[in-house]
Amino acid sequence: MNAADTHRAILGVWRVEQPRLITRLARMLRDVPLAEDLTQDALLAALESWPRSGIPERPGAWLMATAKSKAMDHLRRRRMLERKHLLLAEVSEASPSFDSEDTGDDEFGDELLRLIFTSCHPMLSPEARAALTLRMICGLTTEEIARAYLIAEATIAQRIVRAKRSLSESGLVYETPSRGQLSARLASVLEVIYLIFNEGYTAARGEDWIRPALCDQALRLGRVLIGVAPQEPEAYGLLALMEMNAARTPARVSPTGEPILMAEQDRSLWDALQIRRGVHALRQAETLQGAKGFYALQAAIVACHSLAPTPEDTDWRRIASLYGDLSALFPSPIVELNRAVAVGMVDGPERGLLLLEGLRDAPQLAGYHLLPSVRGDFLQKLGRHAEARAEFEIAAALAGNRRERDLLNRRAREATAVLPTSQAS
Amino acid sequence: MKFMFIVTSAHAGPPTPELMEAMHKLANREIKAGRMLDNGGLMPLATGAQVRIANGKLSVVDGPFVEAKEVIGGYAIFELQGKEEALASAKEFMQLHKDLMPGWEGVCELRAFAGAQTGD
Repeated sequence: MNAADTHRAILGVWRVEQPRLITRLARMLRDVPLAEDLTQDALLAALESWPRSGIPERPGAWLMATAKSKAMDHLRRRRMLERKHLLLAEVSEASPSFDSEDTGDDEFGDELLRLIFTSCHPMLSPEARAALTLRMICGLTTEEIARAYLIAEATIAQRIVRAKRSLSESGLVYETPSRGQLSARLASVLEVIYLIFNEGYTAARGEDWIRPALCDQALRLGRVLIGVAPQEPEAYGLLALMEMNAARTPARVSPTGEPILMAEQDRSLWDALQIRRGVHALRQAETLQGAKGFYALQAAIVACHSLAPTPEDTDWRRIASLYGDLSALFPSPIVELNRAVAVGMVDGPERGLLLLEGLRDAPQLAGYHLLPSVRGDFLQKLGRHAEARAEFEIAAALAGNRRERDLLNRRAREATAVLPTSQAS
Repeated sequence: MKFMFIVTSAHAGPPTPELMEAMHKLANREIKAGRMLDNGGLMPLATGAQVRIANGKLSVVDGPFVEAKEVIGGYAIFELQGKEEALASAKEFMQLHKDLMPGWEGVCELRAFAGAQTGD
């Protein structure tokens, strides 16, 4: 094995061992940021010595022993030995053989819950939460996170360091949200997971339109969340939304990397099992009385698309109605924009255009390329080709992603020709 | 990337209680960590049946089967980053067998699902 292979092999082992390692350390030390520091130290130690000595037969035990000894060093340095003498006793009794002190089923779940609520603490910025969550729950290295976001590694490293410091300084190192707090805090967790998913689903920057690896991490986080918060309908709602959106991935990009609009996608390429899982999760959200949740409503909308065998079978009336619900409960210009698209499909592009008028001055949509894009689509359907072209050009200039920009420029060029039909995205 | 783990063995008979418990714990951990999507142990081969095509003919053979062979004991489906992670995971799983059912011999085969590849 060459160095690159060894490195990959070590990271493979790392990903398997990381969840148990960090949950155990967090429990032992009652300090999540510290547990994160020590797991990182253990990883670095492995990356340093395993290329020479080979991967140990019991890598989990090796990592655990290394992390614990670093914990001892740390505690010694902080001169807390006398207060932590009970902890030391626990540490020194550690069995080096197979995991005899493996935490019980519930404990692992409890620790995961703590980790996820700490990494998604509302006091941290959404970007910091995302980076910390990908590190602590998904076990991604700084380099992997940086690559996923096309941001410099040093920036991610700094973001994580600052996040941990903020948590430590605020004394928020080991909370257990009470049942009452759980639902309130859940929103900050869902926001982070959805942020990660969306970055992978329609990348804001860069050459690739989608980054499936990020979607996979978000889906994993969604599964973790329903495991640790099984009574929360919005956790199921979010998972449903992500599964059904991700199910279209095989059909969303052409072989040469161009985005394909939903109405033009080959639906036989949609992952039917994944859609089924998504629909099942949505039903669970509804069973838990969460049908009108922010994510559940969006999932219900996507379900309308996912369950339509052809674009012509799409139940746009139901979609418009669901956007109406969404608009009433969670008003936002973006929801209105999407509602306009649906209403346009039901009542015609003239009606859709009218709804867009109310959004002209919305500050939240100022730099948002989809507003002129949707307007362009309506204008094209109405045969107002020159105006359509102008809108698509504005949209292309606003698009941050190269693929999206190319698509919109293409639509601008095609708008000057008379096309028999055009479809909404 | 989705992977299937398939465990085969010539060793008939169920796992020891200790191994069952350890595998159960491991499975729960992997499910909670959002990585294991499905798993299952299979009933003994004798209870099953086979539909075979040989010499241009289709035939149904009901268990029990005469030939002693490597039998599939169970499977698991994971969502993992890549083959290295799958190998590490399978190794950990088999280490449990080595520790808790000494003398047992078998294979855990891991293969990625065909189709769209995700990940870097």
